[in-house]
Amino acid sequence: MKKSLLCIVSLLIVLSMLLTACAPAAKTDTAVKESATKEPAASKNVGLQMDSAKVAPQFFNDADYEESLKQMSMQPLNPDAPVYLQYLVENPTDISKYPQYAEFAKKEPPYNVCFSNAGVNNPWRVVGYVDMREQVEELRAKGLIKNFYHLDAQGKDEKQIADIQDLINTPGKCDILIVASNTSEALTPIVEKACEVMPVVQFDRYAQTDCPVVSTRSIGGYAFGIAGAKFVVDQLGPQGGNVLAFRILPGVDVLEQRWGAARKIFEENPQINVIGVEFVGYDSFKANTVVQDYIDRFGKIDAVWMDAGGTAVSILDAFKDAGAKFPIIVGEDQNDFLKYWKENNLTGIAPTFATYQWRTAVLAAVMFLQGETVQKKWVLPQPVVTKDNLDKYFNPDMPPLHYAACGCEDMTNYPDAWKNVDINKYKDVIN
Amino acid sequence: MATITVSQNKWKQALGRLRIPPVYIFLVITFAVGGLLDQIFADGQIFTNPSIFMNMIVRSVALGIVAVGQTLVIIGASIDLSVAYTISITAVMSSFIMQGDPNNVPQAILIVFAIGAVIGLVNGLLITKLNVNAFIATLGTSLILKGIINGTFSNYTGSIPRSFEAFGYNQIGPIPISILVLLLVVFAGWFLLNRTKFGSHLYGVGGNNEVARLSGLRTDRVLIMAHIICSLTAVLTGLFIVSRLRSGAPWVGPDGIYDLESIATTVVGGTALSGGKGGVWGTLAGVLIFGVLDTVFNQLGVNPYLKTVLRGGIIVLAVASYTYRSKREAA
Amino acid sequence: MTTSTFTSSAGASRILRSVWAAIKKIPPVYPLFFAIFISIGFLGQSYQTMPGILNFLRRAAPLAILAIGEMLVLATGGFDLSIGSIVTLVVLGSSKLLNNDPANAIPSILIMLGFGVLIGLINGTVVSYLKVPSFIATLGMLLLVKGGALYWVGGAPQGYLTDNWRFFGREYIENVPILGRFPVALLILIVIAAFSWFIFHRTNFGKQVLAIGDNVRASQLSGVRVRLVRTMAFVLSAVFAVIGGVLIGGYGGVNVTIGEGLEMQSIAACVVGGVMLTGGRGNVMNVVFGAFTMEAMFNLLNLLGLPKPYKDAVQGLIIIAAVAYIALSTRRKR
Repeated sequence: MKKSLLCIVSLLIVLSMLLTACAPAAKTDTAVKESATKEPAASKNVGLQMDSAKVAPQFFNDADYEESLKQMSMQPLNPDAPVYLQYLVENPTDISKYPQYAEFAKKEPPYNVCFSNAGVNNPWRVVGYVDMREQVEELRAKGLIKNFYHLDAQGKDEKQIADIQDLINTPGKCDILIVASNTSEALTPIVEKACEVMPVVQFDRYAQTDCPVVSTRSIGGYAFGIAGAKFVVDQLGPQGGNVLAFRILPGVDVLEQRWGAARKIFEENPQINVIGVEFVGYDSFKANTVVQDYIDRFGKIDAVWMDAGGTAVSILDAFKDAGAKFPIIVGEDQNDFLKYWKENNLTGIAPTFATYQWRTAVLAAVMFLQGETVQKKWVLPQPVVTKDNLDKYFNPDMPPLHYAACGCEDMTNYPDAWKNVDINKYKDVIN
Repeated sequence: MATITVSQNKWKQALGRLRIPPVYIFLVITFAVGGLLDQIFADGQIFTNPSIFMNMIVRSVALGIVAVGQTLVIIGASIDLSVAYTISITAVMSSFIMQGDPNNVPQAILIVFAIGAVIGLVNGLLITKLNVNAFIATLGTSLILKGIINGTFSNYTGSIPRSFEAFGYNQIGPIPISILVLLLVVFAGWFLLNRTKFGSHLYGVGGNNEVARLSGLRTDRVLIMAHIICSLTAVLTGLFIVSRLRSGAPWVGPDGIYDLESIATTVVGGTALSGGKGGVWGTLAGVLIFGVLDTVFNQLGVNPYLKTVLRGGIIVLAVASYTYRSKREAA
Repeated sequence: MTTSTFTSSAGASRILRSVWAAIKKIPPVYPLFFAIFISIGFLGQSYQTMPGILNFLRRAAPLAILAIGEMLVLATGGFDLSIGSIVTLVVLGSSKLLNNDPANAIPSILIMLGFGVLIGLINGTVVSYLKVPSFIATLGMLLLVKGGALYWVGGAPQGYLTDNWRFFGREYIENVPILGRFPVALLILIVIAAFSWFIFHRTNFGKQVLAIGDNVRASQLSGVRVRLVRTMAFVLSAVFAVIGGVLIGGYGGVNVTIGEGLEMQSIAACVVGGVMLTGGRGNVMNVVFGAFTMEAMFNLLNLLGLPKPYKDAVQGLIIIAAVAYIALSTRRKR
């Protein structure tokens, strides 16, 4: 009996050793411990040493960071266009570079558009999806779109790959493919394959390839991260304080860049003590317990930085429940947060990742097929909600999970389609 | 007239000799109904486009490989809930070791198979030597693996060399390599179960462990072996997934719910959860049913969450069709 | 160990032995819980105060309620894997039914309880009459309920949980003597635990549940209505999952992943509380403390500064150890 017990225990140990020995994180872990015991000062910014605080090199480079920083203060080059068609940089797609799409360019409307979607699995994506479908309905009314095939990958890379493979296998089904990748690296091979057989428009999360004819989103992750982190640093002032960082999920370019930019700024400001970096997804329950845990451990949290604001309100609730002072907070343009902000007079900021990019993707797809000029890298403006313009963005008539920067106010079904969301009502195929 | 009946009888005999599991009827019905709906409501490519048909099977490869291992374990009246995280560990470790360099491929494969074997061995020992209920033992190892992998990696880590993508994407002639691998694994499972001593022992252990022990079988050894094989199939699934995704992340296993789905497809395929009965061909059909559903739903553009509902219904109904006549109370 | 060598100190050793026997009868979950709880008390100052302790219990209450329900099914020798997805259904479905109007709070909770009864009835029927093993039946139900809930709301929450809906999971009863603010969630746990303790330990139903788990055939022969009792267990489990869901949603707000993995966590809590997965054993108080132990363990790991993921690994080790302990000690008795 004892023998087998010993056997099992030792096997378990060997297994865990094998894993940790090969793992890169283990080294930094011990490094942190060592430095922490040697000099107490090094225990500062302990959160930045956490594994969840790392940013893979393919997701961060200084040139893009600097470029985003510049774009944040740029004005759109076509200010008269509606916000979802404005662009900050001019780089039109050169159609002569895509001889393989010659046949597609000859097609007459109405077009069949395919959309491989990472998922409709969080409120931001719901609002964006409604934006998109309402835009499709308007284009259908104009006779520009016929079928709109929506393939929902439900947040799974493997399913999205198979979904796109199906579309590649059915030539003639799609005149153009729109892709919002679930994660960047995993989808790259299949998006490249899709580009070989049909024009591709990507938005939101990009695959790591520039084969699509249009890649569109608002400025992006760096700008989101910079706006929030700069605000935190400014508000905390020279004496600094404890910052707790929340992240949604790893492996997605826009989210990695948000954190990568914030991390850079926090590192440059040693008075900022990042006490933790935690992945909580959109799980408000988990977010709530994380706040409690950190209050237990560190006594006080001065500021909360988030890479997406979905759980902002339950985080603030957790502070309230714990009897703690509201922190300086970086949220997002979700309506419940804007409301909480206004009602409690918070010190807050809400960078946005504008949901109107979902409209832009459909419009760009149709414009490309019609031979109109489109921007290859279509950089949309990315508003930031601050104390000064809060009233412009907060709309008490809209539901709590609405996103303010939807650019949807000019659509036929506004505001009903956003107030009573029913994403099952949209038809892919029409006769 | 007479000749027809004779040939019919011959057919029946031939079919009988093949012992086709009844679940293939479900598979054919699902495929036929799905294809018909596709003809009526969509472009009808399920019947006419061979590459759609192939992709239908490719969708099933990841689940299919690990389900073969799960079938062995369930035939032995055990269960393995740790396969999902074994898949994750394989995916992450292999891409981490490979680092995009083809020279590292052999050692990466060797190491992940070694890890898999150790996981299977631990599961087997916990169940046989420490008498821990199989559900809890493998749930426990699953949680331990989850903790270790999420504690050390939090993202896509490393990458595989381009040449390794062949496993996931390339074809030999018209048939994707991955389908050949799946068929090979199923065939190997069939061979193990029906043509080797290990197989007949496993059926014995699953049917009645006590009787098998008393008749002189080393039941522990058989069960441990089954668990090791199961973990190795999970490793193979992990390698397939990483070849598709180009890199491994800790969530690839649980994302596919490979633990519960491999169990579900196994029992849908006619293997009894109580052990001692079933086989891998049935499991293959169970897996293919899910693959067909995926494709049909995509072709028809139906909300994928309804597919989850339908999967749940199919699992219960298929198993009920085997069990409802049984006299014994279920637990 | 022979007694003859101890003849000189026979009296003393007899007392010691009877004390030891009494100690051995205490289920190991209690010393384990208090050891862990005392250590978190040392590490985190908030756990030394009454509000801190009550807050801890509030956090643990939903899991404890789910675990009690799961125990009822485990004691019959079955599994209920559908409870996590029921929590998801409760939270997402309510967010839809509420339509951001507080007046809909009570009706939506009642509708959810109705769903709970229905799900439990289906689980019980499929297991009892179609003879589908409960593992498979409830796994199918897991997919059905989760898929159905997500389809209903369209994949993501589309409304908000109103403050009065969240009352049960979030709010306190103010000005309670001695205790100060008393969490509503804890009160609900006490009511559920008392109710379950009564029906499980003081009525025929409880005895029949255990008898079925012990030996189905024998209990059938002695006149137990196996199918009815088993179905009842599934219904109670599903209804408790609904109640747990109301508390979890109230505490944390609405999101898609809220119910994930709760079935496994409650099975683990049961196992730590001494429940055997083969059925025939179970105790309401032990299971409640099993859930408390799990929660205390998570807090301990947090206070020690261990990264979150390791809590899974520790949870895995604990349940293996708990079951191995029971398996080895019963084997030794044989």
